Amino acid sequence: MKLTLKIWRQKNAGTKGSFKTYQMDDVSPKMAFLEMLDALNKKLVEEGSDPVAFDHDCREGICGSCGMYINGHPHGPVPAITTCHLSMRYFKDGETVWIEPWRAKPFPVIKDLIVDRSAFDKIQIAGGFISVNTGAAPEANSILVQKRNSDEAFDSAICVGCGACVAACKNASAMLFVSAKISQFALLPQGRIEAKQRVRAMVDKMDELGFGNCSNTGACEAECPKEIKLTNIARLNREFYKAF
Amino acid sequence: MGKLNSKIPDGPLSMKWTNYKNSVKLVNPANKKKLEIIVIGTGLSGAGAASALGELGYIVKTFCYQDSPRRAHSVAAQGGINAAKNYQSDGDSTYRLFYDMIKGGDFRAREANVYRAAEVSNQVIDHYTALGVPFARDYGGTLDTRSFGGVQVSRTFYSKGQTGQQCLLGVYSSLNRQIKKGNVTMYPRREMLDLVLIDGKARGIIARNLVTGEIERHGAHAVVLATGGYGTIYFLSTLAVNSNASAAWKAHKKGAFFANPSFVQIHPTSVPQLNEFQSKLTLMSESLRNDGRIWVPKQKGDKRPGNDIPEEERDYYLERRYPAFGNLVPRDVASRAAKERCDAGYGVGETGLAVNLDFRDAIKKQGKKAIENKYGNLFEMYKTITGIDSYEEPMRIYPAGHYTMGGLWVDYELMTTIPGLYAIGEANFSDHGANRLGASSLMQASGDGYFILPNTINNYLADEIRVPKISTDKPEFEETEKAVIERLNKFLSINGKQTASSFHKRLGKIMWDYCGMVRNEEGLKRALVLINELKDEFWKDLKVTGAVSEINQELEKAGRVADYFELAELLVNDALNRKESCGAHFREEYQTPDGEALRNDEEFAYVAAWEYAGEGKPQILHKEELKFEEVEMKVRSYK
Amino acid sequence: MSKILFSSITKKFVMALAGLFLLTFLPVHLFINLMLLKSESEPFNTAAHFMATFPLIKIMEIVLFGAIIIHISWGIFLQIQNWFARPVGYVSRNKSEVSFFSKFMIWTGAIILTFLIIHWFNFYFVKIGLVKGNPEDFYGMAHSLFKIPVYNIIYLTCFALLGFHLFHAFYSAFQTLGLNHRIWSPVIKIVALVYAILIPAGFAIIPITLWFFR
Repeated sequence: MKLTLKIWRQKNAGTKGSFKTYQMDDVSPKMAFLEMLDALNKKLVEEGSDPVAFDHDCREGICGSCGMYINGHPHGPVPAITTCHLSMRYFKDGETVWIEPWRAKPFPVIKDLIVDRSAFDKIQIAGGFISVNTGAAPEANSILVQKRNSDEAFDSAICVGCGACVAACKNASAMLFVSAKISQFALLPQGRIEAKQRVRAMVDKMDELGFGNCSNTGACEAECPKEIKLTNIARLNREFYKAF
Repeated sequence: MGKLNSKIPDGPLSMKWTNYKNSVKLVNPANKKKLEIIVIGTGLSGAGAASALGELGYIVKTFCYQDSPRRAHSVAAQGGINAAKNYQSDGDSTYRLFYDMIKGGDFRAREANVYRAAEVSNQVIDHYTALGVPFARDYGGTLDTRSFGGVQVSRTFYSKGQTGQQCLLGVYSSLNRQIKKGNVTMYPRREMLDLVLIDGKARGIIARNLVTGEIERHGAHAVVLATGGYGTIYFLSTLAVNSNASAAWKAHKKGAFFANPSFVQIHPTSVPQLNEFQSKLTLMSESLRNDGRIWVPKQKGDKRPGNDIPEEERDYYLERRYPAFGNLVPRDVASRAAKERCDAGYGVGETGLAVNLDFRDAIKKQGKKAIENKYGNLFEMYKTITGIDSYEEPMRIYPAGHYTMGGLWVDYELMTTIPGLYAIGEANFSDHGANRLGASSLMQASGDGYFILPNTINNYLADEIRVPKISTDKPEFEETEKAVIERLNKFLSINGKQTASSFHKRLGKIMWDYCGMVRNEEGLKRALVLINELKDEFWKDLKVTGAVSEINQELEKAGRVADYFELAELLVNDALNRKESCGAHFREEYQTPDGEALRNDEEFAYVAAWEYAGEGKPQILHKEELKFEEVEMKVRSYK
Repeated sequence: MSKILFSSITKKFVMALAGLFLLTFLPVHLFINLMLLKSESEPFNTAAHFMATFPLIKIMEIVLFGAIIIHISWGIFLQIQNWFARPVGYVSRNKSEVSFFSKFMIWTGAIILTFLIIHWFNFYFVKIGLVKGNPEDFYGMAHSLFKIPVYNIIYLTCFALLGFHLFHAFYSAFQTLGLNHRIWSPVIKIVALVYAILIPAGFAIIPITLWFFR
């Protein structure tokens, strides 16, 4: 099939970018979206022009590297998947596809579709951990956890840190991301001990980095490739009030 | 042979690690604060080591090529992590875990290392649990385990199909804690381009900042490589597409021996290739084989849809050949059997390079609900990728390059043949022999990083306490940096017509065809010729756009592919040298009359450690004889 | 402590509480307004007089104004922060599946505020003597306003928008307070919907009745 791609091109953080148009003439519906971009890049390099830079690694939806805003959706129009799992069979022959980088003040564009997501690491560094030294852990089964809590903690812990929640949110809020980590630890007895310090440190850092405020719109939940739920944000709020 | 000293401690197997720890040299806390350690890679082993070393008080500098340490490819491991906890009281023990590993590795691993890996496995589970890793639990609140990879006990801890991710995020959190404390400095989006040796010791690295293109020098008293495996040498593999062997290869060229490079595990259940631009083969968890039945049509070239082929025209070849283990035979056996059927013309799908994995009978017997509970997320993933609903029609699977048991040769202390250079996790060769059992990679990587290296590295650093901070102004840094820059400019100056990826893809095809699941002398020799031809073409016709001083993903790829050409040659030579079939290494010339692997313990019970001898010269083989004091070498049989 | 007081979540907490308080005021106001439908002016004017003079109500009035000021000022402040959080926007319109009006709270809020100001000019400022009029005959003043078609159209539009604002606000306030429950949250959403329809509809009945049926 034939596609018209409108891709954001920006040489580096310091320069202005713009959209460039590319024609793709033989896209197979069996390709994955990133493979379609690989094909474009092959063509571009062979012509001697600069290929489109984008983050990607595992290409199986778990590393969280890839992420682009495709036709108004982070990770494209199909719910619950990352860009690398997006198949070209979801696009129509002759369609125009707009591809933009994540847009948020704390995620500056580094080049083309690559943004700097180190703000997420900074939030995790602020408090996304349980303070236990190697070798200091008690026997694993001495910590009992209700199965329900453990399962729920897992459902929160599967966040891949791709940033789609921030990209989708009209306010560029990172609440879903932060709440997923807070929830995981809040639900486990191991995590309760430093729950107060953790939630305050992570929320402070989130605010400091310039993310927007949550207005419970729910775009984050709708676009999250791992289907992290808004209930996590409510739990984050509760945990935060408990820390007063 | 004299060059290899594996430094195995004395004493009975079960006491070696204890004895070692009791007698090893220590570094006092005040001195630790003066010693710097570089860790390359932030997977389970790298980030684990970095955080443990940070906790001890060393000054740690950690590097990864991804934008965040949380993206290291450990994240993709699905099945689980083994430990000898014996929570099920099913007779498991450290010894049994050790024995299963050494047998699964077809007696080509070092006994003492494997035993130690099994020994620390319980601490690993304790530590992850304390870090908040949400392992599956039973209703009573205790940890749940499952049976995995065809072993007779249930010792695999898991978090649904995302155990690697959960463990990695646990390690990442402990790393973050040390970053916050200032004990670890994280350098993301950096690629190590060479190792710097001063007076024969590893003293630093040259890295490229992948954002600015700046070439950086970093000095340290010791360097730890936790850079993973080289499975992407096949181009299409289950690995992350940017995974590479460059750091390890650079270390090899500086004097670290490379061991058993030809031991590459091919995973039997991956999603087959769907188009020519495909860059990656997604793994479908091995656990699917617990309920799915693998078959091909009995008639050659039968292109009917799977559901239209009646029962009597189906060949359940694993059940036919291995009645005792059936669909649950180890990975290498299942992979080879699939290839054998497809090569014989019985493969299914457009390419004929796939076999059916059918859940029809399981659904009939247990109900769709039961299957959904067990494999729901896998079926969904399969549908996402292929558009096929596996509840209605058979899945199609094919083997793919997965895990590399080979790697940098290390002694008992996990130190390579370069003093002060360590290799941990998949980057080393030590624990899996010729074949790795399911759920033991997370275990080994975590054990290496958290519990083994932080003990053994003291033994080296204790003698380094008088060495001041390594200055990066030394001529050794200067020279290495110069060579690195020259090489980068070389890639840019070729200005040919073909992309690095297109060379990579062709190299991968050669490796897959001649040095994949099944190998023979003729094919391997042919591969050597083809690799060298392609390598020459690469250096003449490569096209890299852009400049060194900017984000340049093409330049990154070029460097990695260039190293793969050299590693490919070594891999093939190692496969040629090993005139036996063992584990994942199957030489057609060495098989039993009924097509099973034929090991040669008389001549090949050794680790092949290769020494780089210089550009264009054949590498020198060193043999580390494997002595088995506790176990008896047996023939693996899954009949 | 100062950090926690000025954290984004605390601000939203205060905004949600203020908003919830405002939600309780609307039914009271509606109850009194419905007396406008009676043909005699006395009940309405008595109620209005009571509201203007009863001490407890006078105290509540201060709280009410406090809530309005906090709700509006924090609302604007948070919104400005939100705009700053995305200095460069997307070219393609966001198509995430979310309820339409949740995206436009600041705008529905701004229109409601505009109406509120008109409303104050018409009544409240009369009561406190800032604007000329007879504070003892709000019944008559209301009836004469509802005779102006343009006023009625503005009135009805504003209440429709109030409904949209309330629907998201009701549910959202609970979420912000951390009250999200597997069973109760869907119930809250239904209550929110009922509330968001009934209250504006109640207010709308008055001009519709007076305009078309009297």
